[in-house]
Amino acid sequence: MTDIDIEPTDTVDARGAACPGPLMDLIGRVRSASPGDVVLLLSDNDQSLTDVSEWVDETDNDLLAVDETGDEYGFYVEVA
Amino acid sequence: MVRRVAILGGGTGGTVLANDLADRLAAEIDAGDVEVTLINDDPDHVYKPVWLYVPFGQREPADGRRPLRELVDSRVDLVVDRVTAIDTDGKELSLRDGPGPLAYDRLVVATGSTLAPAEVPGLAEGGHDYYSESGALALREELLSMTEGHLVLSVVGTPHMCPAAPLEFAFMADDWFRERGLREDVEITYTYPINRVHGNPHVSEWAEPIMAERGVGVETFFNAESVDPEAGTIASMEGTELDYDLLVGIPPHRGVDVVEEAGLGDRGWVDVDKRTLEADRADGVYAIGDAATTGVPKAGSVAHYQAGVVARRIASEVRDRPATATYDGKTLCFIETGMDSASFVEFDYENPPSPAPASEKLHWSKLAYNESYWLTARGLL
Repeated sequence: MTDIDIEPTDTVDARGAACPGPLMDLIGRVRSASPGDVVLLLSDNDQSLTDVSEWVDETDNDLLAVDETGDEYGFYVEVA
Repeated sequence: MVRRVAILGGGTGGTVLANDLADRLAAEIDAGDVEVTLINDDPDHVYKPVWLYVPFGQREPADGRRPLRELVDSRVDLVVDRVTAIDTDGKELSLRDGPGPLAYDRLVVATGSTLAPAEVPGLAEGGHDYYSESGALALREELLSMTEGHLVLSVVGTPHMCPAAPLEFAFMADDWFRERGLREDVEITYTYPINRVHGNPHVSEWAEPIMAERGVGVETFFNAESVDPEAGTIASMEGTELDYDLLVGIPPHRGVDVVEEAGLGDRGWVDVDKRTLEADRADGVYAIGDAATTGVPKAGSVAHYQAGVVARRIASEVRDRPATATYDGKTLCFIETGMDSASFVEFDYENPPSPAPASEKLHWSKLAYNESYWLTARGLL
């Protein structure tokens, strides 16, 4: 069970997508989101662990939390 | 009972599938028990890989066009028309010009990719591409007149057709300007949306040293947000701005509207089971090639292999047997590394790509396959 208490504005379900699918799906959703929105990216691709955090570091967006409790990952990104 | 098979789209996937079914189900078709209909809105079949060579003056768009009628088995009903609606509940297609709805028992969506440059402000006006016949011809004129300045190759949208083609263009442009004695006066920069030069980490690891060796500049984490054609700049959402003299952009891609309107998936791509290729959101519907969201590249080889899988599945269904054929993610690509050398990759869902050492032999293999492609379209290779 996750103890992350964040209510996302929008969820991108990229489970099953090969890289760079999950990150590109996230970027696409962030493009159309409003400042302050929280986008939750669901991915089961291990590469997302580095891809997402490195991309967020390049931007003004914030990676609020990463849920690694199950077989898949949940990335909570707050849009700048 | 499966009697009527409709294939929507006469590109690589649709054409290979139609010919495969015509061969596999010849007895049933001849007996009048099965009908295979291929619907395309262009009387020609277009082989897009030719376009990469057009800007460098090596091929003409006409080299990639042949009438579908010459490629498709006579057992296939070829309909040149545009589908305006897919009714997945009623299992019928509305046609723009045709007499009435076309009913199907099995539909295969093979509608491919379309370009959406308008999604990035200024890209259509300021950028050139080689992902269309008109784009490749216009780019040829620009390249021929370029003797100095900054060429920016920007991968703006992913997924896009042929993931290797941006790398190929950068390598070929480097070689082409070098051969013409202009390379010292032409700076080349390659941009990519994520933290490497290609979506696949194995291909990226192989390509990065080649780019460094050739002096091709790289900007990663570059998600193009806008192009200013007046100022000659392209800006990313990460805050980087590049000046360009010639911008070659890989535009955002979409599927076709009729797929999205039918509720089969977002942006015109069909959500499918990546092994059976059956649509997630409708019964009796398959999707192959670029139109199917399997996570593998939007490439001709993928459409070719997936067509074989769906042909076997549909043949089983026609004969009232369980469909057991599945797609394993097989993908095969040649990658040009210059004007006279190429590499090669083959991979699937389980096995990652490992690019072969570049050689002249692989370059000629790629060109030879491009010539023999017409045998693939006819279902012979």
